Amino acid sequence: MARVVVDVMPKPEILDVQGQAVSRALTRIGVSGIEVRQGKHFELEVDDSVDDETLHRIAGDLLANPVIEDWKVTRL
Amino acid sequence: MGPFTLVPVTEFDSRPAVDTVSQAAATPDTVQPWKELGLKEDEYARIREILGRRPTDAELAMYSVMWSEHCSYKSSKVHLAYFGETTTDAMREKMLAGIGENAGVVDIGDGWAVTFKVESHNHPSYVEPYQGAATGVGGIVRDIMAMGARPIAVGDPLRFGPADAPDTARVLPGVVAGVGGYGNSLGLPNVGGEVVFDPSYAGNPLVNALCVGAMRTEDLHLAFASGAGNKIILFGARTGLDGIGGVSVLASETFGESTGRKKLPSVQVGDPFTEKVLIECCLELFHAGLVVGIQDLGGAGLSCATSELAAAGDGGMHIDLDRVPLRAAGMTPAEILSSESQERMCAVVTPENVDAFLAVCAKWDTIATVIGEVTEGERLVIDFHGETVVDVPPRTVAHHGPVYRRPLERGAHQDELARNTPDTLPRPEAPSELRAEILRMAASPNLCSRAWVTDQYDRYVRGNTAAAQPADAGVVRVDEETGRGIAVATDCNARFAALDPYAGAQIALAEAYRNVATSGAVPLAVTNCLNFGSPEDPHVMWQFAQAVRGLADGCAQLGIPVTGGNVSFYNQTGTTAILPTPVVGVLGVIDDVAARIPSGFRNAGDVVVLLGRTHEELGGGEWAHVVHGHLGGTPPTVDLEAERRLAELLAAQSPTGTHDLSDGGLAQALVEASLVGGQGARVTLPGHDPFVALFSESTARVLVTVAPDAADGFLAAAAAAGVPAERLGEVGGSVLEIANVGELPLDELRTAWEGTLPALFDA
Amino acid sequence: MRIGVITFPGTLDDVDAARAVRYAGAEAVSLWHGDHDLQGVDAVVVPGGFSYGDYLRAGAIASLAPIMREVVDGAAKGLPVLGICNGFQILCEADLLPGALTRNEKLHFVCRDQALRVENADTAWTSGYGAGEEIVVPVKNAEGRFVAAPETLAEIEGEGRVAFRYVGGNPNGSTNDIAGVTSANGRVVGLMPHPEHAIDLLTGPSVQGLGLFTSVLAAV
Repeated sequence: MARVVVDVMPKPEILDVQGQAVSRALTRIGVSGIEVRQGKHFELEVDDSVDDETLHRIAGDLLANPVIEDWKVTRL
Repeated sequence: MGPFTLVPVTEFDSRPAVDTVSQAAATPDTVQPWKELGLKEDEYARIREILGRRPTDAELAMYSVMWSEHCSYKSSKVHLAYFGETTTDAMREKMLAGIGENAGVVDIGDGWAVTFKVESHNHPSYVEPYQGAATGVGGIVRDIMAMGARPIAVGDPLRFGPADAPDTARVLPGVVAGVGGYGNSLGLPNVGGEVVFDPSYAGNPLVNALCVGAMRTEDLHLAFASGAGNKIILFGARTGLDGIGGVSVLASETFGESTGRKKLPSVQVGDPFTEKVLIECCLELFHAGLVVGIQDLGGAGLSCATSELAAAGDGGMHIDLDRVPLRAAGMTPAEILSSESQERMCAVVTPENVDAFLAVCAKWDTIATVIGEVTEGERLVIDFHGETVVDVPPRTVAHHGPVYRRPLERGAHQDELARNTPDTLPRPEAPSELRAEILRMAASPNLCSRAWVTDQYDRYVRGNTAAAQPADAGVVRVDEETGRGIAVATDCNARFAALDPYAGAQIALAEAYRNVATSGAVPLAVTNCLNFGSPEDPHVMWQFAQAVRGLADGCAQLGIPVTGGNVSFYNQTGTTAILPTPVVGVLGVIDDVAARIPSGFRNAGDVVVLLGRTHEELGGGEWAHVVHGHLGGTPPTVDLEAERRLAELLAAQSPTGTHDLSDGGLAQALVEASLVGGQGARVTLPGHDPFVALFSESTARVLVTVAPDAADGFLAAAAAAGVPAERLGEVGGSVLEIANVGELPLDELRTAWEGTLPALFDA
Repeated sequence: MRIGVITFPGTLDDVDAARAVRYAGAEAVSLWHGDHDLQGVDAVVVPGGFSYGDYLRAGAIASLAPIMREVVDGAAKGLPVLGICNGFQILCEADLLPGALTRNEKLHFVCRDQALRVENADTAWTSGYGAGEEIVVPVKNAEGRFVAAPETLAEIEGEGRVAFRYVGGNPNGSTNDIAGVTSANGRVVGLMPHPEHAIDLLTGPSVQGLGLFTSVLAAV
């Protein structure tokens, strides 16, 4: 078994309303100079037989919405 | 974790130097991507002729997007003019703003005006169902705000492929969540709409969004930029790279088989929170009298807003693009001008009011920036990095786009359709067969309960909703002191329109009109959202022209004006177009919403009366569709005079409950009236053929309930008004009992009616 | 009797809450999120909506607003506070009430008329009801599933701090069908359903929500 992390982030050109809300909240509580982008973090326990191509497929087809999100697959 | 690596990477560097007006004049032979931007060769030639040189990149972007079908109505304009030609002065009496404005406005009395409009967001919702639907709601709400009104309700006519198709399972939940996610977060009650399934919408879902707004008549704002020296203020969200080219590429090109999802440009993402704040901010600005003219930014973004504001005003305009607050680095002028970033508005403000304007925006944490001013002269001039990148006559961008009189031809298969009547389809005869067919119909995707969808929408917020789905029409209080309010309904049976687009459009009008009347309101005005296939297909163009004429003639006959509308072409996959779908919205006024007529069977003992006449009319109907998968013959006869008499009778007599007869005929109306009202009934079917009585879809019919002691008076009034009326039976019990057919316990009906959508879509 | 109704950017049901206050016979006082001033009100309603867009966690950002600092101070001195829907989420994030509200079991927004049982009729906001009384009010939320650590849950159940429980079907998968809870002293109450939408038969399913707003009149 291997551990794989998939991180999903809104594409850079896509408005990230969640990150923006957190950035604004930080300003409101007096912390300035921080821009936040918010995404999703998935941890997968995968069988050794699962190859990278399969991982990218599930990331692109299911975990991320490729229309508005990018993803990164990392084997730990 | 280290710095985030994004896959794929978007490149921003190595961009060409900015294309300026002087450069364009000096380099006439530069090859330009007019074709890729959706322009035709002669259109590009015309732009060069207007400017006396080649356009700059920014100008090309502006013209291409503003001359797209979506923005310029170039294929529909010659037909839409018929709406104006058929609107009489009497019909115009209550109209404060009409076609050509952001939305039509009607006077509902007591100093109140109401504005309403339906718009399509079909293609974006296919690509990204959640965001497509969400930004559809956002866009129509800004149209309403741009009239000076407070948005008070939304509704969504939706159409999808077959209910059990895999792609419907992807699109429908996303669209519904998007409509809810955006509308709920704005605090706008969703009071009605439609959910229709048909194979022709597979790959081409229709996501139409309705919004209604209310204002005091003196607060009406129109989009124009007048008064040299007045400032142009852009406010709301920052401008980013979302939906670049969305209008010309996303909204007006057929999805070919080869077009994969990943090749499409990025879609717009909505931020309902920013929009909610923008609503409150705008209303405060209007109240304080700080706005000369206002325009929302929707399709075509700043290109549209600046050219339309300038074209509608009395001078020119100068814009400095460097002042536009951006969300992405390195945006070119063309990108800034065509960005479809959501939640932005553009206002014209007198210089002395600028500080006050900015202060209101600051209170609402809304970014507001003076980006230019109204000028003497007649040019729209846009600068970037100190150089002029746009210098055009604004009317040539906004109003004088190409106009096409496209060929139209009634296709030969239209006759085949008409010949293929439902007359020979096997019909149920035995009572047990009729009973089974009633249940089967009630559970079918197009007739079953919409609760799975509508329960994801907030119908309570603001506390003014006097009726919402599953009522025939949404009823919303406008004035809390007097109770004055409005009713609104949208309808369309596209199968009728396929059989006869002229009649189909009139049936849609008649049904929406009737639904408003059954709620107790007086119909006042009409809007539409005309969803069709490619205008380059002569048969589609014929359907369109017929539907427009049918709708306009129908409105003239009913004496209520079309105050606005929207056209969505290119809804097709390959060469197969969707069924012609002219969605019609009718708005009515009700003096006191407390007098609204509830939907369905409410009080045991009430007399059940069927108003209107039933003929054997099954062509295009739900029975033929559900039971036989059949589409052919002729649609039901339209009788708008009968509709008008019916509406007048309902307004004068206020029955205790009503329910309109439409899809599924009397059978479905009885089922819904029982389940929605919570009471069964004992009824005898009219006429001699129980099958026809149950499933015919003749128009101008309504089921009403009347208190027993008022029944004779009601029937006499109906006779006097020339409305056929027949006593069917009486309300009560927990069973719908139909003589010579059988007993249908409400529990059994409810299970059939309510189970379908959850079974299909609760993953 | 003056009852404050807070408006955050993104608050939606403030007009409804103010109307319910007026129907109950009290004066509704608008309170702005950025102010440090409760204007001397006798009680506070934190209404529903999506404060600041609710993009981080429902209620998380609002719980840090200046006006909430005043509400927390007031509650410590016994000021009656009612949180409805997003208001309930805010009060939980502000630690005025135990537990948290998470995404609905079916992961989508649910709007429907909901039966509730008044479990604790001794709070500032429920004294007008009889214990065990059933009422119908609208519920509408996407993040309304009440959860709490086992020991917290045992505590609030043991101390009778469940104010309202769903009956006839749990709309969002809330633990123990919990729809609303109260502070230990019964002055702060939060619930997911919307009593302010059930004050007039013209616009709501019942008038049984008004009791919360009339109850508090006797509590100050």
